[in-house]
Amino acid sequence: MTTTAIPVTTRKDWSSDQEVRWCPGCGDYSILAAVQMLMPELGVRRESTVFLSGIGCAARFPYYMNTYGMHSIHGRAPAIATGLATTRPDLDVWVITGDGDSLSIGGNHLIHALRRNVRVNILMFNNQIYGLTKGQYSPTSEVAKVTKSTPFGSLDTPFNPVSLALGAEASFVARTHDMDRAHMQETFRRAHEHNGAAFVEVLQNCNVFNDGAFEKITGKEVRSNMLIPLVHGHPIVFGVEGEERGVAQRADGGLEIVTVGETGPAGLLVHDEKRDDPGLAFALSRLARGPYEPTPIGVFRAVERPEYGAQMSEQIVQAQEKRGLGDVAALLRSGSSWTVE
Amino acid sequence: MASGTHHATEQLDQVIVRFAGDSGDGMQLTGDRFTTSSALMGNDMSTFPDFPAEIRAPAGTLNGVSAFQVHISDHDILTPGDSPNALVAMNPAALKANIDLMAKGTILIVNSDSFEERNLAKAGYAENPLTDGTLGAYTVYEVPMTSITQEVCKEAGVKPRDAERSKNFFALGLVSWLYTRPVDPTLKWINERFSSKPQVAEANTRAFRAGFDFGETAELFESNYEVRPATFEPGEYVQVTGNSALAWGLIAGTRLAGLPLFLGSYPITPASDILHELSRRKEFGIRTFQAEDEIAGIGAALGASFGGSLGVTTTSGPGLDLKSETLGLAINLELPLVVVDVQRGGPSTGLPTKTEQADLLHAMYGRHGEAPLPIIAPQTPSDCFAIAIEAIRIAVKYRTPVIVLSDGYLANGAEPWRLPDLDALETIEPGFASEPNHVDEEGNPSFWPYIRDPQTLARPWAPPGLPGLEHRIGGLEKSDGSGNVSYEGVNHERMVHLRRDKIAGIAADIPLLEVNDETGDAQLLLVSWGSTYAAVAAGVKRIRARGMKAAHAHFRYLNPMPTNTGEVMGRYAQILVPEINLGQLSRILRAEFLVDAKSMSKMQGNPFRVGEIESAITEMLGGKS
Ligand SMILES: Cc1ncc(C[n+]2csc(CCOP(=O)(O)OP(=O)(O)O)c2C)c(N)n1
Ligand code: SF4
Ligand SMILES: [Mg+2]
Repeated sequence: MTTTAIPVTTRKDWSSDQEVRWCPGCGDYSILAAVQMLMPELGVRRESTVFLSGIGCAARFPYYMNTYGMHSIHGRAPAIATGLATTRPDLDVWVITGDGDSLSIGGNHLIHALRRNVRVNILMFNNQIYGLTKGQYSPTSEVAKVTKSTPFGSLDTPFNPVSLALGAEASFVARTHDMDRAHMQETFRRAHEHNGAAFVEVLQNCNVFNDGAFEKITGKEVRSNMLIPLVHGHPIVFGVEGEERGVAQRADGGLEIVTVGETGPAGLLVHDEKRDDPGLAFALSRLARGPYEPTPIGVFRAVERPEYGAQMSEQIVQAQEKRGLGDVAALLRSGSSWTVE
Repeated sequence: MASGTHHATEQLDQVIVRFAGDSGDGMQLTGDRFTTSSALMGNDMSTFPDFPAEIRAPAGTLNGVSAFQVHISDHDILTPGDSPNALVAMNPAALKANIDLMAKGTILIVNSDSFEERNLAKAGYAENPLTDGTLGAYTVYEVPMTSITQEVCKEAGVKPRDAERSKNFFALGLVSWLYTRPVDPTLKWINERFSSKPQVAEANTRAFRAGFDFGETAELFESNYEVRPATFEPGEYVQVTGNSALAWGLIAGTRLAGLPLFLGSYPITPASDILHELSRRKEFGIRTFQAEDEIAGIGAALGASFGGSLGVTTTSGPGLDLKSETLGLAINLELPLVVVDVQRGGPSTGLPTKTEQADLLHAMYGRHGEAPLPIIAPQTPSDCFAIAIEAIRIAVKYRTPVIVLSDGYLANGAEPWRLPDLDALETIEPGFASEPNHVDEEGNPSFWPYIRDPQTLARPWAPPGLPGLEHRIGGLEKSDGSGNVSYEGVNHERMVHLRRDKIAGIAADIPLLEVNDETGDAQLLLVSWGSTYAAVAAGVKRIRARGMKAAHAHFRYLNPMPTNTGEVMGRYAQILVPEINLGQLSRILRAEFLVDAKSMSKMQGNPFRVGEIESAITEMLGGKS
């Protein structure tokens, strides 16, 4: 690998020559812009950056990045990323996925990549719908959703992606949304800094098949009253000045939303993303029953845990220190051998 | 060892011994030790471990019987033998399950202690076969193995229950005496293997010696036997199973290519031992990854190949089903990848521990779309080493997934292997892309991932890391050359043809099909692939010894086939293709070459017996079998 200084780049350098083919107005555009504009700031090289994806609208993302990339098959990107990231620790590996891709067909790969703590940044564009296949309900769609495949309403209880990731032993879990570039960039930057598997749920509007799914919480007018920014080391508060609300822990351990003016700031929960026990992060992830109640965004959890690929490499180093570099001739004789004259 | 009665020692040119007992009786270990001491003596040998899918089926039942057959000889042999000369039966179920294999006049050595009411009933014997006269046609040796073992272990302070577990070493000792095997290698092995459990080592040693002495002193046996060493080509030999040879071949092959080896795998019988073996060898820089399922196993392997390692995934039939979609992706991405399928009885879970060859058509055609890939198959356990290297060579040179079709019989079977001269093995050139290969519209150098080598039609392999070579690949159809997504019909057809031609072109890069036709005027051609090689080659030998003529051609390359295949097939009036499936290769030969290739099918979980091949040939030649 080259040792020269990292060249100064702009968004243009990170954009490929391929025409972007999402529907006009799709939330994916703003996520792409946020990533392309963030990359020059991360101090990384294009040739050492890889975007991997599965299948779906979201999964077209790698074609638009002027980096190395692979648009693979439905749901399998975390598995492919595991092979790449563990063999090439020098690379920055990003996985772009959708709610169907990562929570339905690829659910198994996602949870295992998270528990293993492979060094990949997984950005999951959650539009609560199957976009590319034209609008069937997804594993994050609300109950009773009427779609082409559920004309009488869907029956399935949805996944809460943040709860799922926390339950899967993820060491980094965050949520952001497509209406706030600065918040997306800050969240992606944090994911990138994390040494291990980083899972980011990006609330994304599919204006064709599920328009306005998050409008009640991400809309410009309602946002400050409906999104709860999590800031490490700070009491959890949100809402416009004078009407601040906050999150407090009840006597039974559960979390509740309180009005700061009534309870005073002393009883508010101070966010600790480094808490070893994921219990409070989990409770925060369940604060809203859906995107119509105040919803926490930001980093829920960011803890240090040994990274999978590094540990794999370490086992090799240890074996080589103990036994020397493998010798094929000796390997073939590792059982009993005999000689015929 | 105690010296006792003088016995005559008879010379035999070969012998087939079958050890059978309960799954918990350690018969695989016993057979394996007998094999090793025979190999060290210089015999040629071939083994057939034959065990049930259950780890421990109810003790004493027919379902729980585990057997190990070994064929040793003073001359070149190919198979573990059709019918044993001696059967060691540790309990009534083992006797019952195997007696049909035994010809009249052969030796039965039974653990008489276990022939009591309960075990007889569990095996389904109404009468004790040792006393009801039904075994009159055999030479039966009744040996109280359990009680003698317990007796000799008592002095070592071992509890009777624990001592009982050493009775397989008694059996090993006795059979070692019967066939004059050296004792030292086994004693040494016991001490090494059980060094952390001195009591167990002591009990096993005592049991082994007691068995050997029993043969020497008990005056039960009139003679013992000797099988002289075979004449081997000079060289250094080891005893090797197919799975070990395959693992070692993967290590050697990646060394030859200078590529790091990454194995993504999910445990499955009978392929798991390759995962185990590679996982032990981290000093070779190997990364082994036990994935969450077979899809992740191949996915991670493909990701590693994308990054410039050699990705390998190992599995058996049910796992190959799961890998199909990723194989299609690998075909489109045109990246090197090695997929090992150790075939077992199917469909579905089928016969997990039994051998079969029924995945050939799956490997050929088991993907949607036109999705060709190279398929090769080892012919003997030791050939798994060379075949693994060949798979890597083809995968790397042609940027393609390669399927290796091994099978349960090759995987677990062992044979002596003359170690190859490692320095003589050809290196494999990864030929990574190092610079832009194109100029864009503005005159700037750029990189097109699908510009092909005109000779091999392989595309450049450009792992991430080099500036100026950034590119995106994926499962969507590629535009010829640039590799950009293209839905254009004419381009798609061109890409389909290019992918086909690339794989078909490998035929020019592999050896011609060899025909073993001693006199050159045989009318009948026997065709084998994979593990049927041994039985077919041995069957043809026997036929020739009887003055008849048959030719033999063996396929190591199933796709593409050697360029002279059609010519060879056309040369013979009759073609017979014995396979452990319903005629998959014969179907391909018929379809591709319009020849009347007849199928000979057997699907009983074990390899063909030489006698079966011999009869089939005889019948086809119009003689009596
Ligand atoms: C094996 C397989 N099954 C089904 C499909 C069809 N398919 C493509 S994308 C998709 C769902 C995508 O939904 P999501 O992951 O939420 O992505 P979005 O399009 O919403 O961004 C499906 C079912 C496929 N490509 N492959
Ligand atoms: S279908 Fe929905 S998610 Fe897909 S591109 Fe169109 S708007 Fe975006
Ligand atoms: Mg979606």
